[in-house]
Amino acid sequence: MAGRRIMDADEIRRAVTRMFHEILERNHGADELLLAGIRTRGVPLAQRLARHIQDSENAAVPVGRLDINLYRDDLSERPRLRIRPTTMPADVTGRTVVLVDDVLYTGRTVRAAMDAISDLGRPLRIQVAALVDRGHRELPIRADFVGKNIPTRQMELVRVRFCETDGVDDVSILERGAP
Amino acid sequence: MVVAATGDTRILQSDPPPVQGRRRHVLDLDDFTAEELTATLDNADAMRGVLERDVKKVPALRGRVVITLFYEASTRTRISFEEAGKILSADVINMTASASSVEKGESLLNTGLTLQAMGVDVIVIRHPHAGAPHFLARNLANVAVINAGDGAHAHPTQGLLDLYTARAHLGGIAGRKVVIVGDVLHSRVARSAVWGFAGLGASVVLCGPPTLMPDPLVPQGWGTGTGGNGAPNPLADVTVQPDLDAAIEGADLVMALRLQTERQQRGFFPSVREYIRRWQVNDDRMARANTNALLMHPGPMNEGIEVSSRLAHGERSLIEEQVTNGVAIRMALLYQLAGATVVED
Repeated sequence: MAGRRIMDADEIRRAVTRMFHEILERNHGADELLLAGIRTRGVPLAQRLARHIQDSENAAVPVGRLDINLYRDDLSERPRLRIRPTTMPADVTGRTVVLVDDVLYTGRTVRAAMDAISDLGRPLRIQVAALVDRGHRELPIRADFVGKNIPTRQMELVRVRFCETDGVDDVSILERGAP
Repeated sequence: MVVAATGDTRILQSDPPPVQGRRRHVLDLDDFTAEELTATLDNADAMRGVLERDVKKVPALRGRVVITLFYEASTRTRISFEEAGKILSADVINMTASASSVEKGESLLNTGLTLQAMGVDVIVIRHPHAGAPHFLARNLANVAVINAGDGAHAHPTQGLLDLYTARAHLGGIAGRKVVIVGDVLHSRVARSAVWGFAGLGASVVLCGPPTLMPDPLVPQGWGTGTGGNGAPNPLADVTVQPDLDAAIEGADLVMALRLQTERQQRGFFPSVREYIRRWQVNDDRMARANTNALLMHPGPMNEGIEVSSRLAHGERSLIEEQVTNGVAIRMALLYQLAGATVVED
C-alpha cells in the first residue's frame, strides 16, 4: 500500500534547501557547527544538509552518526535488537550540535539523542532539525528547523524514504498496521 | 552440542529455538545461526565504542538486576560481566556459592527460585557440572540465564569474544583456518569456539595429544555427512590433526588452550616437557602459519608451557585485547537479553 503521499523528491529538495539556509542564518555561518544524524534516516538528511553548506559557504561541516538505542525510554519506538556504533568526526565540546532526524513526533528520540550527546562532551548549544514535524509532542521539545509541518492523527504513521536508504525520495502517511 | 566420550560432559537436550527472533537465554553457541552470531558481534562493535569513551555509562539497562552466580573460581569472566552490567546501568549483584546458602546445602533449583522471587532479570551462572545453566533455564520462567562456563561443556561468551576478536583482526571468519591446540577434551572454551568459528564458515583444526581429543567429533544425531533432516553437518569442516607442525600450516589464527598439569597425573600425557616439545605454540611453529597469523589464549595462561612467553607478549598476541572485547561482548548479550524489546524491522 502506497499511502497518501505528502512530499515528492522535488518538495523534499526545496525543503532541505530552505533548512540549510535557516541553519546558516541562525548560526551566522558554519563555524563550529556539527550535524549529528540520528540513525537511520537522520544520517542521509544530515549529509545532504552538509553538502549544501559545503556548496554554498565552502565550509566542511562534520557529520556524525548517532545511535540512540542505548538511551531510549519510549514505548512508541522501543529499543532495537541491533545497535550500531555512534561516530563523531569531531569533539562536540564547544560546538553547536544540530540533531538531525527525519520525523519529529513525541520528542523522546530527541531527548535520548540529547542524553547521548551530553555523554560525549559539552556542546555550546543543541538545536533540532527535522524534515517532518508531525506533532503529538510528549516532552517540552521543539524543532529549530522544520522541512514541513504535517498535521497527523496518532493512528497514522509518517514514512520518510531517502534515495540513500530506500532508493526513492518521498514522504507518505500510512495507516498504522498497513504493510 | 559436541559430546565427549569421557570427562563430565553429559548428553543434553537441545533447548527450544528462540521465539520470534528474541533469544531468552545464552546457554551454548550450538543454537546460534550465522545471522545471530553476526548480529551479536555487530552489537559488540557498538559497545566497544561506549568502552572507548570518557563517560563509560549508558542507561540501557537502568532498573534491571543482574546476578553473577559463580560455583567456580573466576576472575576475568565474573569481573567482565560485572563491568558490562554496570556500564549499561544495570544493578549487578555478585554471589559466590562458597559464601551463600549453598554452603548450607541449598539446591541449585531452590537458589534459582529464590533469586527469581527477588525479581532478578538475568542470572549469569558458572557451575562445575555440565548442564547446570540449562537446568536453571528450563525451570525459571521469568529469568534470562547466561552460561558463564559449565563443566567441560560450554563457555559461549568466551566463544563469542574469541570470534569478535578474530573478526576484528582478520576482517572476516569465513574461509579462515583456525587451529585450536591443547586439552580440547576438557575444554569448554574449545567446545564453544568450535561452534562459533564453524558457524561463521571457518575451517577448524583441533590439535593436541590424541588422549586429549574428544571422540566422536560429530554432534549427537549427525552422521558423517548430513543430519537426520538432511541438513548439512554444521561441523563438517572441523578436523583433528595431532601433529602441531602439520596443523599450523597455513593457519590464520592459533588458539592455545590452558593445560591443566594435573592431567599428567591421570596419565593423559607423559610429561610436561614432552607436551612443550610437541604442542607448545612458539615462534618457530608460528613461522609455519600464514604471515600475519594471530595468537589467542582464553587465560589464565601457563606461560612457557602451552605458549612461549615471547609469543604471548609479542605483537601477534591478541590475549589482552580478548579481555577488553570480553566486556563488549557481554554488554551486547546483556542488552540483547534484557534491554532490546523488539525485533529488527
